[in-house]
Amino acid sequence: MITVKNMTRRFGTMAAVDEVSFDVDRGEVVVIIGPSGSGKSTLLRCLNALEEIDGGEIIIDDFIIDKRHKDIHQIRLEVGMVFQQFNLFPHLTVIENVMLAQRVVRKRSKAEARNKGMTLLAQVGLTDKIDAFPAELSGGQKQRVAIARALAMDPKIMLFDEVTSALDPEMIGEVLEVMKMLAAGGMTMMVVTHEIGFAREMADRVLFMEAGKIIESGIPSQLFDNPRQQRTRDFLGKVL
Amino acid sequence: MLNWIAEQIVLYWSIFRYLIPAVPWTVLITITSFALALILGLIISIIRIWKIPVLSFLAGVYVNVIRGVPLLVHIFFIYFGLGKYLNFDRFTAGVLAVGICYSAYLAEIFRSGLEAISHGQYEAAMSLGMTRFQTLRYVVIPQSLRIVIPPSANEFIASLKDSSLVSIIGLRELTRAGREYYSQFFTDFQTWIMVGALYLIMTLTLTRVVKYLERLFAVKGFGSRTT
Ligand SMILES: Nc1ncnc2c1ncn2[C@@H]1O[C@H](COP(=O)(O)OP(=O)(O)O)[C@@H](O)[C@H]1O
Ligand SMILES: [Mg+2]
Repeated sequence: MITVKNMTRRFGTMAAVDEVSFDVDRGEVVVIIGPSGSGKSTLLRCLNALEEIDGGEIIIDDFIIDKRHKDIHQIRLEVGMVFQQFNLFPHLTVIENVMLAQRVVRKRSKAEARNKGMTLLAQVGLTDKIDAFPAELSGGQKQRVAIARALAMDPKIMLFDEVTSALDPEMIGEVLEVMKMLAAGGMTMMVVTHEIGFAREMADRVLFMEAGKIIESGIPSQLFDNPRQQRTRDFLGKVL
Repeated sequence: MLNWIAEQIVLYWSIFRYLIPAVPWTVLITITSFALALILGLIISIIRIWKIPVLSFLAGVYVNVIRGVPLLVHIFFIYFGLGKYLNFDRFTAGVLAVGICYSAYLAEIFRSGLEAISHGQYEAAMSLGMTRFQTLRYVVIPQSLRIVIPPSANEFIASLKDSSLVSIIGLRELTRAGREYYSQFFTDFQTWIMVGALYLIMTLTLTRVVKYLERLFAVKGFGSRTT
């Protein structure tokens, strides 16, 4: 479903993502771990064309992004993204947040967009908050709205960039529950997280990144319990 | 004493009647030139924040040059200077001068309003597949509006007062009408009191309207940081 070949993204002379290659199959949940500054966010942002790539290529279904083909609009329709800082639209209510892009990008009718929004908000457990403004929600609720908003576009892949890192501890669970529900429903997901428990339980594969490179990849039990690389062991030693 | 009061009332009333027909001209000049300023100001602020090579630089030059020159000089330049080649009528020249002058001030207000929207808002909109134009239209501008309405409204009120400067090229608005009345009847004190009062009524009314608009655009909880 996603094939990434030798993808590189530089900032000045520093390669934030350095000749990275991997595949993600349909329905797979891939968790990315690694120290701060290792290029995890940049990698996700490249997949959603929020960053241009300086080398290599990304193939999502039949779309190719490389230095020449930058059909970024098509790619973004395939890929949904949820951010650490929520980035809800503060001037719109919860249901309006979920409807906006459906209306202007997918050109759905108001009724259709609203129906879809209500269904998704029910799935993330926010039926009673549809007319609230983002500022009236807790962090966990905001993040669930952000997930519903991305899902409303019917993405084929969802990217999650440390979506629980800005949350109070007691709210992390409710967001992870929604993500587990999605994974169980067969969504293809790439998840940057420090939640090792989530990774162990949900990931089909874990990638460990450092200094812009994928150092090691494997199924969770192998990568967490028997890491092959010394650098993976050092990192896990610090966070576990 | 009573006699004097009666005389004064009659005098003010006759000045009032003389001036009233000029008030719509002041209103028309202000509204037309401010509409021009809004459109130009919006275009220029967007060019500035999009960092388009050359164009953004020129937009910056425009803003700084226009703001650095007094409105009266703009009026003279457009009516007498450019007018030499382009033959503007008084109304066009006056509206152009006030409109261009205020477009530079508004461009700066709009720019700060646009820059106040965090990068994350653009990213969220773009990740949902919205184009740059749609992002501006549905995400950025609605939020910026709430920030820029109060200072823009102040500029509108200021431009109403500054429209009196176009009396200098013979446009018959409120201030010009005052001068005409005074040069016929030599009642300088009462004339300028009345002219001032009429401006004051207009500006106070506008202030009320602005307060109302601000309440209309207010959103519950808007302005909190983490969204
Ligand atoms: N817009 C940018 N401009 C310059 N450097 C950047 C930018 N974004 C990220 N970087 C750098 O790229 C590297 C990788 O960053 P990032 O992908 O955010 O790492 P992570 O998400 O793993 O913490 C870091 O060294 C960071 O400073
Ligand atoms: Mg990051």
